[in-house]
Amino acid sequence: MNSTKSIPDHIQKIDNDLLKLERAKRNYSFISIGIVILVCYLGISVSENSNAGSFARGISSFFDYPVDIISEAYQSGFSFYGLIIKYIPVLIETINMAVFSTTVGFIGGLIFSIFSARNLIKNPTVIFWVRRLMDVCRAFPELVIALLFLYLMGKSALPAVIAISIHTAGALGKLFSEAVENCDMKQIEGLESVGAKWIMRVRFGIIPQVFPILLSYTLLRLEINVRASTILGFVGAGGIGEILSKNIQWKYGADICAVILILVLTITAIDYLSRYFRGILIGDGKKGLGFGTKILPGKNE
Amino acid sequence: MSDVSIPLRDKIYQDNIHVFETASKKAKQTGIIFTVVVLYFLFAFFSLGVDKIAEKWNPERASFLALDIYAHKDHFKMPWKKTENKLQITLEGNLRQEYKVTPEWAEKSDDNKWTVTLKNGGKVDAYYFPDNPLAGYAVMYDFPGVEEIFTFRINEDKRPYVEGYEDRVEELPEFIRQTKNKLEVRPSLFSRIQFTKSKIEIHRFSRGWKYFWFDNKGPLDGYSLFGALSKIFSGDRIVEEMSNAKLIWVEFTENELWQHGKAWYALLETIIMAFMGTLIAMLVGFPLAFLAAYNITPLAGVRFAVRRLFDFLRGIDFLVWSLIFLRAFGPGPFTGIFAIAFTDTGTLGKLMSEAIENTEKNQKEGVESTGANKTLQNRFGIIPQILPVFISQSLYYLESNTRGAVIIGAMGAGGIGLQFLGALQTGTDFENVAYYTVLVVGVVIAMDMFSAWLRKKLIVPFGQFG
Repeated sequence: MNSTKSIPDHIQKIDNDLLKLERAKRNYSFISIGIVILVCYLGISVSENSNAGSFARGISSFFDYPVDIISEAYQSGFSFYGLIIKYIPVLIETINMAVFSTTVGFIGGLIFSIFSARNLIKNPTVIFWVRRLMDVCRAFPELVIALLFLYLMGKSALPAVIAISIHTAGALGKLFSEAVENCDMKQIEGLESVGAKWIMRVRFGIIPQVFPILLSYTLLRLEINVRASTILGFVGAGGIGEILSKNIQWKYGADICAVILILVLTITAIDYLSRYFRGILIGDGKKGLGFGTKILPGKNE
Repeated sequence: MSDVSIPLRDKIYQDNIHVFETASKKAKQTGIIFTVVVLYFLFAFFSLGVDKIAEKWNPERASFLALDIYAHKDHFKMPWKKTENKLQITLEGNLRQEYKVTPEWAEKSDDNKWTVTLKNGGKVDAYYFPDNPLAGYAVMYDFPGVEEIFTFRINEDKRPYVEGYEDRVEELPEFIRQTKNKLEVRPSLFSRIQFTKSKIEIHRFSRGWKYFWFDNKGPLDGYSLFGALSKIFSGDRIVEEMSNAKLIWVEFTENELWQHGKAWYALLETIIMAFMGTLIAMLVGFPLAFLAAYNITPLAGVRFAVRRLFDFLRGIDFLVWSLIFLRAFGPGPFTGIFAIAFTDTGTLGKLMSEAIENTEKNQKEGVESTGANKTLQNRFGIIPQILPVFISQSLYYLESNTRGAVIIGAMGAGGIGLQFLGALQTGTDFENVAYYTVLVVGVVIAMDMFSAWLRKKLIVPFGQFG
């Protein structure tokens, strides 16, 4: 009793506040854990209800399909390597789709970002509408746009190119505009002082500052777009995705295996290449395979 | 420039020659890169057929799709034979959606004559003769912008023709297309008449999504939403069996045309796929990340194995994972959950192991100095440092996985993606396609906002991570 008396009042108060905070924190933790458990329970029960096969049976037959196709590939012996070479051209088509639409998206995103940056455009109405346009482009999943255009234009790579370009423009535009807004304005002021026009200020004041970071975002996006163009091929936009879908329908195990193999190799290779170049561009200490946590804004942002 | 004398300019050039050389070298490099990029761009442009964009564009389908998104159409179908029994007035030509009561725009104005009034003006009179089906004919008049009155008839060879234009088909106005067996007339955007030897079909377009709230089968046919809602508070029941509120709910969710209940359940499935998938990836990836970080795990063999596992999970795209799981679990949410969980365990784990390796040593050492064991050192020295990064990254993944779940759904896992694909493949129900698009985009935007809000709530108190 005596010892508590000796603690000054303000320390006692801090102690009490701390205790209160601690308790509040614990309560929040319990509530959030409770919510997560509730959602999990709900999710599992919904899944059990609407899934065609049950969870237990699924787990036990998990390896059936991979074992099937791999054993078929094994039986085909040396002709398996021939299959890999056979599918290289369609792989190149898919990569072309991704690279081309990333380039278009890059240009679109650059235009979006410049017209939605508060430090370059003084008109708030323009900024508002460009941003909403960007949001709309970003919110539509590629698949939705691609399916609509597939209906309108027939089966070809074109719908996928359009869909990926639109989505990429929106996604990159948002990231770019943040980069542009964080620019150092002194360079712009310097250019203004020698009488440079708006377009020149952007060209020589902004672009050189942000270009490395824009390119690194674009490389990240390219990685995503290779995956996306494969998936869009799967619903009819050509390239390796379509070949994969056909082979699955025909149940050609060896072919499926070959396509999956080159797909995985390509994705991994592009992953590493893009990370290597990003490391060079950003130069965050680690050249090469540094992961660059700073510049990872979520894979599909 | 004129102030600077030539020798001085030369001197400046000589003194700074390395600057000019570097600049010109750089300009050359840029030029080469630029040329290569442009050449590749041109190659891709033509090899992907982007130049054929105009040829491939199908304007008829596009205008049909656009019209169907914001309008609905009623079909008036009248065969010349047995007209009395076979006359159909339906919504979108769907036999299950036949009007029980003849709508006010179609009227039996005479013994053998029906008059159809189209939206935005214009009328069509259709005459039929039970004894002589081939004598049936139709007259269209009063269309805005069309002065002439056209009469469509069937000749002895059972071919449809326009009266007065028998010998000069090429002089017909643009909106009438005559083929061997059919007259196709589109006098305005909101009307279409198809005239053949066996029947006349009139499509009457009007704006809006019809029966969006309640279909025409149930007892609430004809009620507007607010009209029905106001019935909740009135005492008398519309149907005996259930209360009005329950009736409204049942009628709304079991709407035959829009299938709200099904669509929303599919949406829930998609969200569950994204949420559960991300959650499993978080729960599995987080501890594995510690095993892959060199400052936590001293065993190089374990680190190597876990890292290759991450690469393997990530490298096999979620497309391939979902194909494998589709075989194992069949169509349904489990497929989506596991495809997302597998891919993201790799990505999140890799990301977090890098984050753990980048943490400050000092905090861990501080905890160590109090005599804490290894577990407590990691708990209080490492986790508080990486938790904000972990949470914000996980939320980003949750957001992008919502889009991913829509895609996996369309490939067979179910959910709103599959509903969307199904509606699109019918080739007619574009109002449903538009509805699902709104739902998909809505849920994506809502998820974006939710994760941004949560990120702000959770991360900002930590300050330094912004």
